[in-house]
Amino acid sequence: MFEKVWTDHEVGDGLLFIDLHLVHEVTSPQAFDGLRMAGRPVRRPDRTLATADHNVPTGGGRADELSEQQLAALSRNCEEFGVRLYPLGHRNQGIVHVIGPELGVTQPGMTIVCGDSHTSTHGAFGSLAFGIGTSEVEHVMATQTLVQRRPKTMLIDYRGALGPGCTAKDMILGTIAQIGTAGGAGHVIEYAGDAVRGLSMEGRMTIANMSIEAGARAGMIAPDETTFAYLEGRPGVPEDYAAAVERWSALRTDEGARFDHTVVVDVPSLPPQVSWGTNPGQVVPVTGAVPEPRNESDERALAYMDLRPGTPVEDIRIDRVFLGSCTNGRLEDLRAAADIIRGRRVADGVRAMVVPGSMLVKAQAESEGLDAVFRDAGFEWRSAGCSMCLGMNPDILAPGERCASTSNRNFEGRQGRGGRTHLLSPAMAAAAAVTGHLTDVRELVA
Amino acid sequence: MKPVRIVTGPVAALDRANVDTDQIIPKQFLKRIERTGFGEFLFYDWVKQPDFPLNRPEFQGAPILAAGPNFGSGSSREHAPWALQDYGFDAIIAPSFSDIFKSNCAMIGLLTVELGEEDVRELLDLAPAEATVDLERQMVTLPSEREVPFAIDADIRERLLNGWDEIALTERRLDEIERYERERERTRPDVLAL
Repeated sequence: MFEKVWTDHEVGDGLLFIDLHLVHEVTSPQAFDGLRMAGRPVRRPDRTLATADHNVPTGGGRADELSEQQLAALSRNCEEFGVRLYPLGHRNQGIVHVIGPELGVTQPGMTIVCGDSHTSTHGAFGSLAFGIGTSEVEHVMATQTLVQRRPKTMLIDYRGALGPGCTAKDMILGTIAQIGTAGGAGHVIEYAGDAVRGLSMEGRMTIANMSIEAGARAGMIAPDETTFAYLEGRPGVPEDYAAAVERWSALRTDEGARFDHTVVVDVPSLPPQVSWGTNPGQVVPVTGAVPEPRNESDERALAYMDLRPGTPVEDIRIDRVFLGSCTNGRLEDLRAAADIIRGRRVADGVRAMVVPGSMLVKAQAESEGLDAVFRDAGFEWRSAGCSMCLGMNPDILAPGERCASTSNRNFEGRQGRGGRTHLLSPAMAAAAAVTGHLTDVRELVA
Repeated sequence: MKPVRIVTGPVAALDRANVDTDQIIPKQFLKRIERTGFGEFLFYDWVKQPDFPLNRPEFQGAPILAAGPNFGSGSSREHAPWALQDYGFDAIIAPSFSDIFKSNCAMIGLLTVELGEEDVRELLDLAPAEATVDLERQMVTLPSEREVPFAIDADIRERLLNGWDEIALTERRLDEIERYERERERTRPDVLAL
């Protein structure tokens, strides 16, 4: 599949045509400045789409002054260069990796880039999608191409079926624990196997999203009936949908295709997963305990997280819960959490927050009454944005606070200086919210 | 971009694995819309810790940074290479780098050199002892004066040696891009039609 998409987009030796360029406020201002200084236009504004997500306030009101300046710069730049923008307040605004798929502009077989490492999310549709830096953003704006060397390929073959209470998030966290945060470096991953085929598009996006956490710039999942059903009727898809589906169906990886590396993941052996450390490879089953350190990196992580080896994961108390992000901020994620929350209350002393991935997700959730479920339980119900996943807006942890988070990175200070992050699935985050400590969600649904 | 040929001088040692770009430049500095001035915020949270290696006086002004494997992992923020370069580093030597970080460095002329664990270990252990990175010869001279070769993409090497701007290079291939757009780009509804 990767080979087909790559070959289809080779303009010439080492030059790749980009079908869709997604833009946000944080990594684009310097690129627009570069264009302006060189007198270059955006070559294909029709293949460029911008939104505001990284530093927008999610609790109403205005952003801080610097963020306001950055948002204003995005609006000014998009207007000057003729780029379509969904700004704060627009019904289509949201996290760039949530809105691409929900608007149907993310499609199988495309090359998609964005100045954000979680661009890998779009690979769930069988597109080749990867994050780039600001200089490359400028390059794509100017030429609609990127200079690229062909990466190696890795197959991650998921064997067996997911157990009850286990989700795509547990699959990918377990995978990163298995292969390490650099395990996929230099590779494009293809995720395959029945457990992947059985996932919804939301679940597939969760997996592709965290490819970068395994060190891979991109991760792909072959498009199938689930993909086509998800995209059908969305505003961005081709008018002749049947013809598009026929074209997309040909993307599937051929029998016997060769990969540079193959990894087998035993899915039934994956209970719900939780990160204990300061990188997304430091993950254990919720049924386990904080591990003994194996190296200096682990020792530093234990000290930062203020954890002792041997402590049962379920004994770890939490202060905050964050439900959202480009990893787990979609409708299905909110539904999964709401199913656990319904009829329960957020534990005393815990502050819990839901930040829908987009305004469309928010509107849909409200039409289903999910906002009431969360509010009644004591959750804060916010507007769309990246929010506490990276804490560029005021949604941050205080030093020492411990958070059960559905996001993608547990780096030191990621959610606020001195903050401690435990990555887990939406259902697991909901379970932690109601008990006040990391909890095996299966105990609550039994 | 300034041409890059030889980087020589003392080595600063950051003996940590998986140094992520959130540590290199925390998010609060990503709100700036300029490309310069990030150096003073490099490793903003870590420099407040007294045992942080780069605080050591003998590492000040070193043009080469040696570090552990998977350096620059995580976020794609080019602000991280900008901060390292603005701080004064011209080359980083590590056993491995994250893919996006490596591309970002190559775009701005900050050398990323991958050497074997043992060679990097020598740099880390002997720092601030001097080393030399010779891009033309693709060779690192370690403090022991032992020379070790390193690999780099041939096109990137040529571009860095000459200080060429990649956009300008690609613009020379405009006829290829136009041909692709004419002949092979499939018809799709415009994103703007939304």
